[in-house]
Amino acid sequence: MKNKIELLMGNEAIGQGLIEAGCQVAAAYPGTPSTEILQAVIDRSNQAIEPLHIEWSVNEKIAFEVALAASYTGKRSVAVMKQVGLNVAADPFMRTAYLGIKGGMLTIVADDPGPHSSQSEQDTRLFCLQARVPVLDPSSPAEAKDFVQPAFELAEKYETNVVLRPTTRICHSRQNVAINTPVALNRQADFVHDTHRWAATPAFLPALHRNLNANLEKIAAETNWQPRLTAGDNSRPRTALVASGIVYANLVDLLDELDLSNAIDLYQVLMSYPLSPDFSQQLHNNYDRVLILEETYPVIELQLAHPGSRGKQNGAVPREGELTPDVIHQALADFLDLEPPTEKSAERRGQRPSLCPGCSHRSAFYSIKKCFPKGIYPSDIGCYTLGMNLGAVHTVHCMGACISQGAGFYQAYQQDDGEFPTIIVTIGDSTFFHAGIPALINAVIQQARIIVVILDNSTTAMTGGQPVPHMGFSAGEVPTKAVAIEPLVKAAGVEWLEVCDPYDNEKFEEFLKQADDHIRSPEGGVAVLIARHGCIMDPAVRKAQESFLVTINDACVGCRICVDKFECPALTMDEDNNVAVVDQDRCIGCGTCIPVCPVNAIIKEEK
Amino acid sequence: MKQQIIVSGIGGQGVLFLTKVIAQVAVNRNIPVLTSETHGMAQRGGTVLSTIKVGDFASPLVRTGQANLGLLLWEANLPVHRSLLNADGVILINAENPGEGTRIDAAGIARSLGNAVLANLVLLGLAVKEQTLFCSQDECETAIKQLAPARFVDQNIEAFHKGLATIPAK
Repeated sequence: MKNKIELLMGNEAIGQGLIEAGCQVAAAYPGTPSTEILQAVIDRSNQAIEPLHIEWSVNEKIAFEVALAASYTGKRSVAVMKQVGLNVAADPFMRTAYLGIKGGMLTIVADDPGPHSSQSEQDTRLFCLQARVPVLDPSSPAEAKDFVQPAFELAEKYETNVVLRPTTRICHSRQNVAINTPVALNRQADFVHDTHRWAATPAFLPALHRNLNANLEKIAAETNWQPRLTAGDNSRPRTALVASGIVYANLVDLLDELDLSNAIDLYQVLMSYPLSPDFSQQLHNNYDRVLILEETYPVIELQLAHPGSRGKQNGAVPREGELTPDVIHQALADFLDLEPPTEKSAERRGQRPSLCPGCSHRSAFYSIKKCFPKGIYPSDIGCYTLGMNLGAVHTVHCMGACISQGAGFYQAYQQDDGEFPTIIVTIGDSTFFHAGIPALINAVIQQARIIVVILDNSTTAMTGGQPVPHMGFSAGEVPTKAVAIEPLVKAAGVEWLEVCDPYDNEKFEEFLKQADDHIRSPEGGVAVLIARHGCIMDPAVRKAQESFLVTINDACVGCRICVDKFECPALTMDEDNNVAVVDQDRCIGCGTCIPVCPVNAIIKEEK
Repeated sequence: MKQQIIVSGIGGQGVLFLTKVIAQVAVNRNIPVLTSETHGMAQRGGTVLSTIKVGDFASPLVRTGQANLGLLLWEANLPVHRSLLNADGVILINAENPGEGTRIDAAGIARSLGNAVLANLVLLGLAVKEQTLFCSQDECETAIKQLAPARFVDQNIEAFHKGLATIPAK
């Protein structure tokens, strides 16, 4: 086992690190770019020496609280999420800074500068500054793993939650990573009652706050987490570069390519908050000019407050987006008065993503658009966000927002003259469990007249198929109780509920019309239609459904409806002949495009 | 030895698998490697890009004009990712029609093997044959056997061999 080297993705490396460090409770809600961390813990759990509870929690707040209580018993635990997941977990996260922890607890929050797959590019390090929680900023997959064990030690030394913040380019990079043997900590759960701390009332909080601030001063001075200096040859005196995370790695390679390695003092900041006061002092004393490169907000820069700093605050470094090698090349060239980069950039944007061929969401969206062309379509976070390609998604905000937004739209319209457009909310099954249920209850009690379509593909599809509560299995395919959607919807007070496979357009559209009748009837309220069809990425779903040879015959008039309005990636236009064609490499033979064609030119045959 | 490689395609074409095979060869040879990959929503049929840096590097990202080799599974990505290649950079493309770069109808060859997704390994075969990669045939086969699910290994090796045996259009 020892000294074995594996090719690991950053997320896998972190997962391996958690097992090696003796973590015993790991809880997460999936979200790009963090998802593979818990998956790696699941996949590698056979290496764990001691019992290890792993869960895909219903949301990030719950994941955090589960891990927190486990830490109270003295065991090591972790909560894993993406950056916007920390918003969901913000409430317990903020208070944990004051109350602290017992056994080492890490919160691993994956940021997404860019963003590549998120609704914002917020910086968890700034969140940590506000929460007063130490945050570590690794610059490579191997370093991310190397941080895990000492991060647990730091957490235990000060009884403080510690945040490890990888970014997309760490999470989704692969590297040679050394595998070590997991440690055995031999800890038995032992919750020591301390009501004044674990249930601290306002009377006890000033003392806890004082303690927190005192600890932060000591943490900032911790030897192991001081910025690392690669000293220059003094050819550019009183000038320094400061970077953290992947931006540091980008900078190292750039300096090498420009033949500037060791020409200038270069600092890597490992712990972005709290920033070391010695380091700050050193920079103030020894340098006149400092270029600060960090993603995504100026967190080091704000703490450093160096009069000669160049960074995001003075616009020397872009304030938004990733600091890619090209971006920092420009910033470095400006800072050091180098020849500016001349390389050209991309000539064209790449192809946009779309719902998979055969995805039942496409059929559902097509029917919704067809039935209610003037409707308002609040939607949510998941694959089905891509329903915007079909013009069937008007708003996307944050997990679960669509139902409350739908209700808000209704209230604003109906107060004018009682008239309101049909509001059709679409929400995935995992999102419904995550944050949709309180919103549904609220919509019912506020008597919102909206249609909620739960797009139930029986998985958390966007992030690669994590289990959902109604499937009856949990992390690692372990059987558990299934919590069905229908009784939850009924218990929320919904009086109109139907379930339909959207592949059956006719029936689905009939239900949509009935739902509209219901919301407009005197006794009407929220109508819920569950659109149920398994995710087509699941091989078992593919295998279980019929597959045909789908082709387009001479009757095609080139109207483009199937290509533009239905937007299946397996349908393209042969522009020379002005006809639609089926790309047989991508077609899965579901036949859902057949009813879409106004001239019946799409036909299916048995394979 | 230092090499910077880009692998470009659309979600579902096996860009990640091809990236992993190349990186695994580096790990097996005990040389440092870094990759970056596209995960998340773009994988739903959108443009995806992997970068691979073999040798002594700190970051997985490739700066404009620095890649030595481009493996393109989706011809339409050429104007999107061409700028990453340096002036002497070699481009190998899965494409039916003649044009820029060294071309091979990898999807057509893969289709004849029963699955268009195998185009990724056909292109890998071509890259090895053209001696554009740091990897040897044996090393690639070892990595494919390590990474592919057991029931797909033979099919994958066959696709790789087809790429090795094809005379490309230049």
